[in-house]
This record gives sequence, structure tokens and C-alpha cells, in this order.
Amino acid sequence: MEYEAVIGMEVHVEINSRAKVFCGCATNFNAPPNTNVCPICLGMPGALPVLNRDMVDKSIAVGLALNCQISRWSKMDRKNYFYPDLAKNYQISQYDLPLCHDGRLEIEVDGERRVVGITRAHIEEDTARNTHTLGGGQSGVDFNRCGLPLLEIVTEPDIRSAKEAYAYLTALKQILQYLDVSDCNMEEGSLRAEANISIRPKGEAAFGVKTEVKNVASFSGTQKAIEFEIARQEKVLREGGVIEQETRGWDADRGVTFTQRKKESAHDYRYFPEPDLTPVVVDETWEQRIREQMPELPAARRKRFESQYGLSPYDAHVLTLSRSMADYYEAVVAAKADAKKAANWVMVELQALLSGDKAAIEHCKITPENLAALLQMIDGGAISGKIAKDVVVAMYATGDAPATIVEKKGLTQISDSSVIEDAVRQILDGSPDQVTQYKAGKTKVFGFFVGQIMKATRGKANPALVNDILRRELEK
Amino acid sequence: MTDAWHWKSAREIRDAVSAGAVSATQVVSDHLARIDDVDGRVDAFTQVWRDMALEMAGAVDAKIARGETPGPLAGVPVALKELFCTREGKTSCASKMLENFESPYDATVVKKLAAADAVFLGKVNMDEFAMGSSTENSAIKTTKNPWNLNCVPGGSSGGSAAAVAAGECPISLGSDTGGSIRQPACLCGCVGIKPTYGRVSRFGLVAFASSLDQIGPLTRTVEDAALTLDVICGKDPMDATSADLPATDFVGGLTGDISGLRVGLPREYFTEALNAEMREKVERAIDVYRANGAEIVDISLPCSDYAIAVYYIICTAEASANLARFDGVRYGFRHPDAKTMQEMYVLSKSAGFGPEVQRRIMLGTYVLSSGYYDAYYLKAQKARALIKKDFDAAFEKCDVIAGPTSPTPSFAFGAKSDDPLEMYLSDIYTISVNLATLPGMSLPCGLTDAGLPAGLQLIARPFDEATLLNAAHFYEKNRGFDMGRPPIA
Repeated sequence: MEYEAVIGMEVHVEINSRAKVFCGCATNFNAPPNTNVCPICLGMPGALPVLNRDMVDKSIAVGLALNCQISRWSKMDRKNYFYPDLAKNYQISQYDLPLCHDGRLEIEVDGERRVVGITRAHIEEDTARNTHTLGGGQSGVDFNRCGLPLLEIVTEPDIRSAKEAYAYLTALKQILQYLDVSDCNMEEGSLRAEANISIRPKGEAAFGVKTEVKNVASFSGTQKAIEFEIARQEKVLREGGVIEQETRGWDADRGVTFTQRKKESAHDYRYFPEPDLTPVVVDETWEQRIREQMPELPAARRKRFESQYGLSPYDAHVLTLSRSMADYYEAVVAAKADAKKAANWVMVELQALLSGDKAAIEHCKITPENLAALLQMIDGGAISGKIAKDVVVAMYATGDAPATIVEKKGLTQISDSSVIEDAVRQILDGSPDQVTQYKAGKTKVFGFFVGQIMKATRGKANPALVNDILRRELEK
Repeated sequence: MTDAWHWKSAREIRDAVSAGAVSATQVVSDHLARIDDVDGRVDAFTQVWRDMALEMAGAVDAKIARGETPGPLAGVPVALKELFCTREGKTSCASKMLENFESPYDATVVKKLAAADAVFLGKVNMDEFAMGSSTENSAIKTTKNPWNLNCVPGGSSGGSAAAVAAGECPISLGSDTGGSIRQPACLCGCVGIKPTYGRVSRFGLVAFASSLDQIGPLTRTVEDAALTLDVICGKDPMDATSADLPATDFVGGLTGDISGLRVGLPREYFTEALNAEMREKVERAIDVYRANGAEIVDISLPCSDYAIAVYYIICTAEASANLARFDGVRYGFRHPDAKTMQEMYVLSKSAGFGPEVQRRIMLGTYVLSSGYYDAYYLKAQKARALIKKDFDAAFEKCDVIAGPTSPTPSFAFGAKSDDPLEMYLSDIYTISVNLATLPGMSLPCGLTDAGLPAGLQLIARPFDEATLLNAAHFYEKNRGFDMGRPPIA
């Protein structure tokens, strides 16, 4: 029997508002414990929540980018459960009327397009962080995280493989970064992905029993965890066992999932409408305002790069992977660089430098204008492409303009024919054997002469001129 | 001195202090002496902030000495119910759970009163977490009714009502979830107003039932109630449910003119459930309107019978979540014997909350539970909408609704405390007003043969406190008798 995996993803995204979702506290990650707190996020008696409008704006933008319906009228609810990381012992969330619903996200896996349905995206508050490392049997709670603005994005069970899950997460993250609504930093917990995984005999409509895998620190880890989990479930079923509904963690070192929490009788969260907050009413004007502020999204930008700049689908894909890379590329082109050459330089030379440094393009010292100037110097014959590769390394290190570097290092291309003629004659005079060989028809030694000339001019000789003059001299 | 300052109205005190006729310090000292004199018998105050009161009074006097314009409550002594968050003193909610709790911030109403140059005398008693109708559920002390020390002051703002009635302060701040301002005001012979839901910011009011709670003053005159409301109402960016409306001038709206006023009498409020003496007092009060040209209209509020059931589902549901935070983790009572997290929760809550609070938390948890939600909570919300509709229809025919505040006058300690359902009936006429988010107030309208106050309740359209206060003020000026002072005087 062949099995098929059925996977749904739940992603919690910390929205990068400057303030928490229901109070004015700061949201920075590295503050000392319990310093970004106030009576509201600490759940002190008498304190009341007020919904952060920026959070709603950004959540609507995500909803629109995921092709969701934006609810004209939604509300906040209280989700009741007791845990020390929950200041009020209820979490303000959205239950039956989420802000965004019924969307879809297109992904591509091995050249094949798939659509993942987005069930909903709803606003909620993050919980505090418990620590059990204080010693003496004491536990600590850091409330800095309590009340951070979270958007929970839930998919339909449309995903069929670990690879698809990876593609979904990558596409989602790309959109979130394009919208600039989240740092999407999994290590700092600003993006947390959970996968609901079940398998069923292929062709069957009913779902199998699912397990939930959480607390995975990376997308590739999530992919591996899902792969493992599918294989594990298949093995259990093939051996005649049953899948238990449970939450499983991921042991990245051993590469296995493990039981974290058996599902006791389903938790009764006693949801009810949050009476301290008024309904979230998003009229057409509001939605339109957000729509107008939306940046061009990855898919649209990819297509435009192909048509506007004549790039291959692959190049357009690579250059639009991040908004900052695409912005950089367009700035280079705008500074009057050839679009295709700019694409190559950004994707190959610049990317290699950045990767070597694990640096982000936002922090790159080479301005788009300087990169364009470098390309123009190649085109204009001021330097060779080979020299340019050295120049760009210096530009990357110093941030200096290419002309400055070329001048400082004396790298200006030699295009003076008399200088090149002198060099050519000198080489020919010093290599009588090779000249004889050439004249005897062994034209391969032409390359030897070019190499010698370039060596003598420290690579600065204009290659085209070298070719011309050398040929002329040899034919004499 | 013809009369002590402690029997003066807030308006009289404010005017005298502002004019320099008396110092705020003298007024406050007089009130502190009054507290010393009578509170040992009334037991309204849970904390007296002697030093702070004199300090605040001194600041008002200094301000006036500097020639600055004093605030609208200059030098007026105010007592706060135990559930208003204050940086000064404790904010105990009359509960063992919070007996040593100090709030890190001041409630918005507290800030507004201070900004108006009022002076805080301290805090007054209440039913634990505002749950009760007699203040017998306080974990701190037993407050007596100044009209009869063997009787309850009503609740949950019993300390607020008793303090005002006993001349310990001209204004006290209470909160009203189902009648907790109006019923004790009625039982103690005070004026008490519950404004429209959203009129006054709830920020810093320890929540009982968030969709019903509203803050209001208890006073001895309608004008003082208007004066206080003008100070405390208004949109607060810290309370999403507070209404953004133009500034009020309720004091200026007390015109003494009720021409064209239509007074509706709900037939459901005048049945056998209403004590005969209370009924007689209320009807005589309505005669004052009739005799002065108001149109008296017969109206019906057919869903009234469901009010108590609806209320005890909604308020307990909200309370079960609101009180969940009192868990011993961050503040408040943590049971010393707790060894595990589970024990911390169970032992702390079992020992920290009194029986009525525990009863309501359990009721509320039950009505929200899966499988019961639709039958109880959802149905109650639908019934709540119908109750509101009743009032909407009634206000097509009248401008204010008049009736009793409480079905009975004050009762002896212990008379109802063993029977929660009997106690719940104390709020039979007040609860609907909260469910319908309307403004309502109670006015003293005479004494029973036993010398206990009766109260007239007036109810108006949402945010029409102006009509409500003007009608109340008219009655107060034309009722033709003086309530006198309780025998404690």
C-alpha cells in the first residue's frame, strides 16, 4: 500500500510593531528580563488592553498578500487556560471571526506549481517565557515577550510533502520580508512553525490521526522533521500499530522527533468575546489604504524582472528572493548599468562576497551607484573585466568608488597603442622559438604571447588592443 | 460655626475653599475628626490616609495662595472604594487574595479627581471583588448602615454609601455592575448614579464583569453627583470601551425645568415583589413629577423576569476570566504550603477567595464550558439584546423611567447571607440597567416607619445623563421634605 502525507502548517509571526499589541511597551528582543513590561502586559488588576492599530495594519497587509478576505467585522476573544507564562491566565486571541480568512499561496516545487489554502490569519498576544534554570527549584518568568504582537497563519491540510512544507515556509517568509512586517528570525522566535502531520493510504479521503511537530529552529529542520515523521508514521502503520495524537519535538542532533505531550482529553479553552475591546471594524477605505501602501510582491516582481530587464526566469527568481536584493539590483540598473551585466555581477561577484561574510546586502559597503560605475568602466574600456573582479573586492572592503581604487592602485587599463606595441615587440623579441612555431602554423602559441604581455603589463593592457597588435606584428 | 463642614455638600465646600472662606486643610481636618468620631461604629473606612489627605489639602491651599485657579473639586474630601487602583495604600478589593496588594499605578478616575483638586481621605469597604449586595462578603470588616447599625449598608459599594450617609465624606466613588452603587445608595439614603457604560474610564478599576462595570459617585445631593461626573467622565485612551463624546456640563444642565418630561412607569416593577412601604414611597415620589406637569406614562419591560438569570450568567462568565489572574504567581496571596504549580493555583485560590467569589467563578466557568456555552452564555447574550430592545421601545414613549431601586429597605445582618438567591433578588430592579448599558440613579425618597431609607430609581437613554440628573435634581428640590440625618449623627 502506498501512503500519502497530509500536512497543515501553523505559523506564528511576531509582527515588528514598535509597541506590544495591547500596551505601549517596547518589543526589542535582547532587553534584560522583565524590563519591557507595564501593568497591562503584566496583567495587573484594573489594567485594560487597547489594540495597537499598526498591528492591525500590518496584519491586513499580510492577509492581502496571502489573497485572504479581510473581515469587515472581527472581534477579539479570550482563550482561558492556566499557565504562569500567561499574565492574565487568558490569552487575547481571535476565535471564530479572524481578521483574515480564505486565502491561498502559490508555491513551486521541482518546477511544479501548487496552491496552499490559507484557512485564516488572526491576531493574538504572545506569552511570557518561563525559565527553569535558576536553581534551588525556582522557576522564573520573563514577561518581556508577554503581549508581543503575534499573527497566527493557518493553512488548509493541502501540503503533501516535506519539500512542499519547506517551499511554503520559504514563500511565506519571503512575503513577510517583502512587506517588512517581521524579522522572521526563527532563532529569536519571531517566526515559529508548527506542522500537523498525518498519513493515509493514497486515494483515501479520510484523514489519519495527526501529530503536531513544534519547536523546530529552522526551515530545513522543519523539512527534516516532517520527513522523519512521515517515515515514522508509515513504519508504525505498516507494523500494524496506531498513531497517537500528540505533540512531538524535534531532536536536531539525533535527527528524530520525540513525544513531548500526549493529547489528554481535548483542552476546553472556554473562548468568549473579549469585553474589554471593541470589535475590529475594517471598512473598505481602511483596506484600500493598506492595499495602496503594499509593495510589489515577489511573484509580480519576478515577472516584471523577466519582461522589463530581459532576465531569464532563473535570474529573476534569484534576484527577487529578498526584497533588499531586488531593490539593490534595480538601483544598480537605475544608475545606468546594463541590466543583464548588472544581474550577473549582483548574483555572482557580489553574492559571493556577501556569502563569504554571511553579510546582508543592506550592510554592503558597495553602493548601487558605485557598482554601476564599475560596470561602466568595463564597458568604456577603462579596466578589464578581470581587473574589475579585483576592484570589486576592494570596493567591498572599503566602500570606495571604483575610480578611486583604480587610480590608487594604478589599475587603469593601458589603451595606448604605442605602449602596447613596445610590450608586444619586447615579448616577441625574447621568444624567437615560439615566433618560429607560430609562423610554422602552430597558432596555439598566440595565447602564450597574450599571457606574457598581460603579465608584463600586470594585466592592465586592453585585451582587444593586445590581440590586434600582436596579430599584426606576427603577420609582419 | 452653624454647621460642621462634614455635613456640607461638595459644592459648598468647593465654593468656600475656592473663595478662601475656609482652607482645604480645615475642611479635611474636620472630616478626619468626623471619621475618628463615628467610623468606629460605622466601619465604612478600610484605610484612612491621614497624612496624604492633609498633604493634598495643603497643596490645594498653596495653589490658592499662589493665586492659581483651583479645580472644580478644590478641597473636597473623597473616599474611594477598595477596588480603585491607587499607588497610595493598598488595593485589596476587600479580599484576602489582595490584602497586601499595592498597585503600581493610579486609576484614571483617581488621577482625574486629583487633577480637580479633590482630597482623598482613604478607602472604603465593599463586598469582596464587588460581589454581593450587603457588604457582608468583605474579608476586611463589617460595615453598618448609619440609619440602623444592626442593618446592612447594601452592596457592593456599602462602604461608599455608609461613609457618605454618616457625614464622613461628601463624595465617595463606587462601582456598579448590577446595582452596586444604586442599591447601597438606596439603603443608606444617598444619591448614587451609575453612568452609561462607556461614560467613565474603567482603567484602574479592578474588573468584576467588564461589559457591565461602570464607575459612579455616591453623594448626598444630585448637584454633587453632577459635579463629580463632570470631572470623571470622558474618553480615556487607556480604555477602549470608553466613549468619545463632547465634554459634559451636567451641573449647568440642572435647570429646574422639567416641562415636557415624560416619566415612564414599568408595570413589571410594581408587583408583589416590591415591599409595600417602598412602593408607597416611590409612588409618592412619582406624584411630585405628576403634580408638576410631567406626563406619566405606563410602559412595559416584558423581559424583566429574565434579567437576574441573564445577569448571573454573563457576569459570572466574565468574572471567571477576570479573576483568573489572581493565581499567586506575580502578586497577591500565594499559599505557603504549595509545593507544585497545581497546588499553588488550587491552594492559593481556595484560601484567598471567599465563598461567594468562588461560587461565581465556578458558575462562570461552567456556563462557558464546551457543551454548555450555547445553552447558557450564548442564550444569555441573546436575552441581553432583548432586554435592551425593551428599553429602546420604552424610550419611544418616555424620557426617563421611574421605579424602585431596591425591593426592600435595608435588612439585618445575616438575614440573607445564607441564601444567595434571596440576596441576588436585591438587585432585581437595577440589573437590567447594566445589561442595557443605560444610565441609572437612585435618590432618597423617604423613610420607612422603621426609619430606613427608601430609594427612587430613575433610568434614562444611553448617554442622556443630562436628562437623568435634571429630573433627579427637580425631584430633590420639590419633594417637600428633608431626609434628615441618620441617628449616628
